[in-house]
Amino acid sequence: MNATLHRIVVLIRKELIAILKDPRSRLVLFLPIFMQSLLFGYAATYDLDEVPYALLDSDHSGAAKDFVAQIDSAGVFRRVLQLSNAGEIGDVIDRKQALLVIHVPPDFERRIFSGGGAVVQVISDGRNTNTGNTAAAYVGAVVERFNESWRELHGGVAAPLRIEGRAWYNTNLETRWNMIPSLVAALSMLQVLILTALSVAREREQGTFDQLMVTPLRPTEIMIGKAVPSILIGILQSSIILLVARFWFGIPFQGSLLTLYLGLLLFTTASVGIGLALSAFSASMQQAMLYTFVLLMPMMLLSGLTSSISNMPKAMQYLTLVNPLRYAIEMAQRVYLEGAGIDVLYNDMWPLILIAAVTLPSAVWLFRNRLV
Amino acid sequence: MSQASDSTTAVAPKRDAISWQRLRALITKETRQLLRDRSNLMVGVFLPVILILIFGYGLSFDVKNVAIAVVSEDTSPTAQDVLAGFYLSPYFVVTRSSSMHEARQLMLKRKVDAVVHLQADFSRRLAAGDAAVQVLVNGVDANRARVLQSFAQGAIAQWSIKQVAAGQLPTSVPPVSLQTRLWYNEANNSTYFLVPGLIVLVMTLNGALLTSLVMAREWERGTLEALFVTPVTTNEIVIAKLVPYFGVGLVGLAMCLLAGKFLFEVPIRGSLLLIILTSMLYLLVSLSLGLLISAATKNQFLASQLALILSFLPALMLSGFIFDLNSVPFVVRAISRVLPATYFVEALQTLFLAGDVWRLLIKDCAILCVHAVLFLGLTRLNTRKVLM
Repeated sequence: MNATLHRIVVLIRKELIAILKDPRSRLVLFLPIFMQSLLFGYAATYDLDEVPYALLDSDHSGAAKDFVAQIDSAGVFRRVLQLSNAGEIGDVIDRKQALLVIHVPPDFERRIFSGGGAVVQVISDGRNTNTGNTAAAYVGAVVERFNESWRELHGGVAAPLRIEGRAWYNTNLETRWNMIPSLVAALSMLQVLILTALSVAREREQGTFDQLMVTPLRPTEIMIGKAVPSILIGILQSSIILLVARFWFGIPFQGSLLTLYLGLLLFTTASVGIGLALSAFSASMQQAMLYTFVLLMPMMLLSGLTSSISNMPKAMQYLTLVNPLRYAIEMAQRVYLEGAGIDVLYNDMWPLILIAAVTLPSAVWLFRNRLV
Repeated sequence: MSQASDSTTAVAPKRDAISWQRLRALITKETRQLLRDRSNLMVGVFLPVILILIFGYGLSFDVKNVAIAVVSEDTSPTAQDVLAGFYLSPYFVVTRSSSMHEARQLMLKRKVDAVVHLQADFSRRLAAGDAAVQVLVNGVDANRARVLQSFAQGAIAQWSIKQVAAGQLPTSVPPVSLQTRLWYNEANNSTYFLVPGLIVLVMTLNGALLTSLVMAREWERGTLEALFVTPVTTNEIVIAKLVPYFGVGLVGLAMCLLAGKFLFEVPIRGSLLLIILTSMLYLLVSLSLGLLISAATKNQFLASQLALILSFLPALMLSGFIFDLNSVPFVVRAISRVLPATYFVEALQTLFLAGDVWRLLIKDCAILCVHAVLFLGLTRLNTRKVLM
């Protein structure tokens, strides 16, 4: 037992040295993850902070000016153009000069005062439907406020029924708050999977794997020796992203670090298992890489990172059940934002254990039985 | 015989002259090498098929079938009437819950995404003209939560309209109402913008990933040095590497276009020829980025990591394909403005959904040309015939 442990420790040391001795490898494992968490932290949000819009005011009345002033003071809209006729709208949107065109009709003021109600037209760029809809909804919010202040000043019947909305865990509904915790899992998985996938394949390609197999190391020991360094690096990468989330973006951490790290450990072990099995299956580094990518893409896209799983058709939702990233993202978000504990997270944890329990022994089996 | 001696003598004075014969031989060699390893075809052909299926049938930004819990402490018919709006809405799947406590538990377990709550005095307050429907949403997925709130608004509006029609409520026209039109995508179907994005990802993967690996492998194994001692020139090596992968990229493009047109019925409002030409240009940019990465790193591990970091991830996250670029801070926007994928996304979304907007397309293509020239030039500099 002692000898086994010793052999494993030695192998782990050797693997760590092999990965980290090249300064360029060290750089590529830790610098990009830091930069990416900053960059994607800013970029990956569905909230719009700045909506460039073009104004077509055909009314030029006092009411229209009030309305436009409310839009400009909302803090999100930036007027980039002032149009003089409706014929110009097409070109502005086509050429992406503005995301929205807001058209105040010629009878705006008259219709408000006559009680008939004025209709403001908003034309948004639907090339990205998500952005177009969000921007239009922002104008909707300004209209609501305008109506409210109008009623206060001039009287009028408000609707008897209203919605009192409240959002749990993320009161201001900032998408950044759920994006960055999911990056804790997603970004580290990418690099760790590649790292692991190359580990055995590299030795195979260079012929040193056969040498390793004839040493006293048993296949299981080789597997552990290869898995542990990748797991360590993966968790270190996740920690970097976590620090950026907490201290750069200042997103309050609600849960327990212990729960989060337990979840990350399970997740990283499951993905390292996948990487090792792939690696043992491949004949060369190139194959290992390409197979990894064939898996990585669906894993990233079907994880709930960019679009939520519940929007998918049922069949696809079942497919996501074998995706470790799906569970990791859910766990990271729930621990981070909801402060969820193991009592509600076990449903995300046991599938990860299952994935690791299948992939790691498969890797061991492939070490022995796939001679290439 | 004389031909062979011609080309050897030609090497000395004009080192960069391209011999078609040598080039053809090299291309044949590269093509065979590509076809022999099945993993190349996995990425070149099989992966696009998977992505097409995921993008067409899996990903969706269209929120539907939201599980909600309804708690009504008011049992009056009026309250039930208001709730009918939620039951009838195509967006909600409603579970009735007997108490707020139970509903909260459902939310904690993620069985429901929102709780709709009517308090005991709801109908009394409604009669008084000031009633509120409480809507609690799980804000973790903020985008979804916001859409959900607007659906709830819609469900309640249904009720108001019915009341007005029945003469129960006075007609109240809001001073200003909004009429929104989503140009280019009136159907509000997110597949329309996902398919152009799909092409961007497939072209990026095919180009940068495949080529960066292949060339790095030759550097790492020293087989490139074996090539250097032959009469072939650097230009010939670079071109011969590009051609077969360009072919694989075109196969991927053809598959995406056919799937977009016939499977997902995405409108193609611009000219098909322009779509193909722009995609070929981007494919060239992406291939040369791959070559540059491998020539600069000369190591498979680094090349694969860099291909991921420099091509695939930015194309997904920073290109404006999913996330809007107007809202990011200046530095991030500046970085996205350097990336070729940003311009390709803009050009493709325009060509598919808006049409041939020449001024935008010329700008995008000109910038992509600059990228191609830059990457190829740098690759050329890094692939000098020197022994290490």
